[in-house]
Amino acid sequence: MLTLLLTDVKEGLIIAFQAIRANKMRSVLTTLGIVIGIVSVTLMGTAIEGLNRAFNSSIAKIGADVLYVQKFPWAGQEEWWELRNRRDIKMEHARAIERSATLAATVTPVTGTLVNVKYGAKVIEAAIVVGTDEEFIETVGTDVALGRFLSALEVSGGRPVCVIGSDIAENMFPSENPIGKILKLSSQTYRVVGVMQKQGSMFGQTMDTRIYVPIYRYFKEFRSFRSGVDIWVKAVSLEELENAKEELRGIMRKARRISPGGKDDFAINQQELIIQTFNTIGGVIAAVGLFITGLSLFVGGIGIMNIMFVSVTERTKEIGIRKAIGAPKRSILLQFLIEAATICLIGGIIGLVIAFPLSLIIDQVLPTAMPLSVVFIALLVSVLVGVISGFLPAYRASRLDPVDALRYE
Amino acid sequence: MSTVIHLQNIKKLYVMGDTEVHALDGVTVEIKKNEYVAIMGPSGSGKSTLMNIIGCLDTPTSGLYLFNNVNVSEMNDNQLARIRNKEIGFVFQTFNLLARSDSLHNVELPLIYGGVSSGDRKRLAREALQKVGLGERMHHKPNELSGGQRQRVAVARALVNNPSIILADEPTGNLDTKTGDEIMGLFEKLHEDGNTIILVTHEEYIAEHAHRIIRVRDGKVENDERVARRKKVTYQPAHA
Repeated sequence: MLTLLLTDVKEGLIIAFQAIRANKMRSVLTTLGIVIGIVSVTLMGTAIEGLNRAFNSSIAKIGADVLYVQKFPWAGQEEWWELRNRRDIKMEHARAIERSATLAATVTPVTGTLVNVKYGAKVIEAAIVVGTDEEFIETVGTDVALGRFLSALEVSGGRPVCVIGSDIAENMFPSENPIGKILKLSSQTYRVVGVMQKQGSMFGQTMDTRIYVPIYRYFKEFRSFRSGVDIWVKAVSLEELENAKEELRGIMRKARRISPGGKDDFAINQQELIIQTFNTIGGVIAAVGLFITGLSLFVGGIGIMNIMFVSVTERTKEIGIRKAIGAPKRSILLQFLIEAATICLIGGIIGLVIAFPLSLIIDQVLPTAMPLSVVFIALLVSVLVGVISGFLPAYRASRLDPVDALRYE
Repeated sequence: MSTVIHLQNIKKLYVMGDTEVHALDGVTVEIKKNEYVAIMGPSGSGKSTLMNIIGCLDTPTSGLYLFNNVNVSEMNDNQLARIRNKEIGFVFQTFNLLARSDSLHNVELPLIYGGVSSGDRKRLAREALQKVGLGERMHHKPNELSGGQRQRVAVARALVNNPSIILADEPTGNLDTKTGDEIMGLFEKLHEDGNTIILVTHEEYIAEHAHRIIRVRDGKVENDERVARRKKVTYQPAHA
């Protein structure tokens, strides 16, 4: 049975290539529909892959095991008027968490503002100054490229020292060692003790133009002590993230004296919220995009069906001969299905060959690469389009009466 | 000799609009192994319908058809296809070769549908082509062959499965007299080799090659008799 099927498939392929060769112009035009379909679908797939990559590389910058205690949630259904009167998150809350949390590896207050930075005659306008403590670097999970990060003593003493982002270092000190140099932030001078590793950008904002200063210095120079902060809490492990979140919530509610039935007046944000939101939006974009480009593939499939009907009619006599000689229905059905699938597969391959250089052009705008899965799916889909659109004509061929078919001229 | 074909009261009815046409109206015929039979009749006599039924291309409306003692009158399309493939070798007036395939592939075709392995297929097809004197023309396509050569490819295709009967429908109808004689000589040889041959024709001169002539008229067997003085042509291997 299997060898019979294999023989059928082999014979089907021979016939398919003979038929394609015999009708070159027609085959080219028919294939064109599939080529265009496959090109548009694969390019859409590549673009979607690019969007995902851009998002994922952004999301990777904020650790997956970090919880962000903040005034406002990153995403959610609350109405803005319920949120706007919330009380600030304060340093005392950070201390409360540090005291009671058992599932927190690090607790880091983070706050920031924009200032002008000067070194000699060079000025960077509106750089982000971040006030934080010595645990920041561990919470974020990065490292310094040069020197060291802020020390505990510098933080508690509010020393005028800073650690600068890699872009600041490149701009201000293109040819000197920045360590020990004196930067002017706003009106005060700070000694550079370290340079951060390059981190890239997150959601279009570069992380490498930041300047980190001891948080107690920050409160003295840039904002009042009473102003709000964010508290970044790194959980002891990714598995404990949910428990850590619950624990944090309890500590925060107690510290802010929220009655048992009262609503939280703070948010504990985590990466997942962004991922969920993105997945919803990204999923819709992908579905709509693939649907629209899929339409062109569908039109190509109709073209195949049309041409297969013509092909069956033209070859009625041949079908009659084959049937007279003893071809069962299955063989005739398979013959035309294989022919349709072959035309489509060739179209798919040509489509991929065209789409690949185009995907490199997309890559210039949106860093991406044609995923291997898209290549396989494209080939599979083109065969499927062939089989589906070839089925009706093939079925009609297989049902032809041998006597009538032989008489056909 | 064993009976190959047993037709008993075969009827075939066509309904065209509101008129019924009795293409066959009770045909009873028996053909034994190694017979050489011609079926004759004017056009419209029902001989084509009879041939289609004998060839298992069509099924009778009523009546019994035993092929090698197997009832084929109630078989479905795929079962009939199998009988045609294994038991019947067709030779048509218009050759009916696949235009895009060479001689070898055309002769291989019944073996492909019969599930014969690729190696055996090539060997058997070559042997059949050599038997009809076309050993040198295996890789020629039909449009590169003369009419007589094409018909010999068709005969090779009919032979290759070693069928129970060879059914030839006006095999010389598209050939000139000389080439036609060559083909008839080939049939003569096949008959001598032990094959059962059924020849459908409307030419007396061709029918006289057979041992027995069945005359059909108006859907009935009009006459069924042995040929007294057979016309015999000797097979001459074609000078290819």
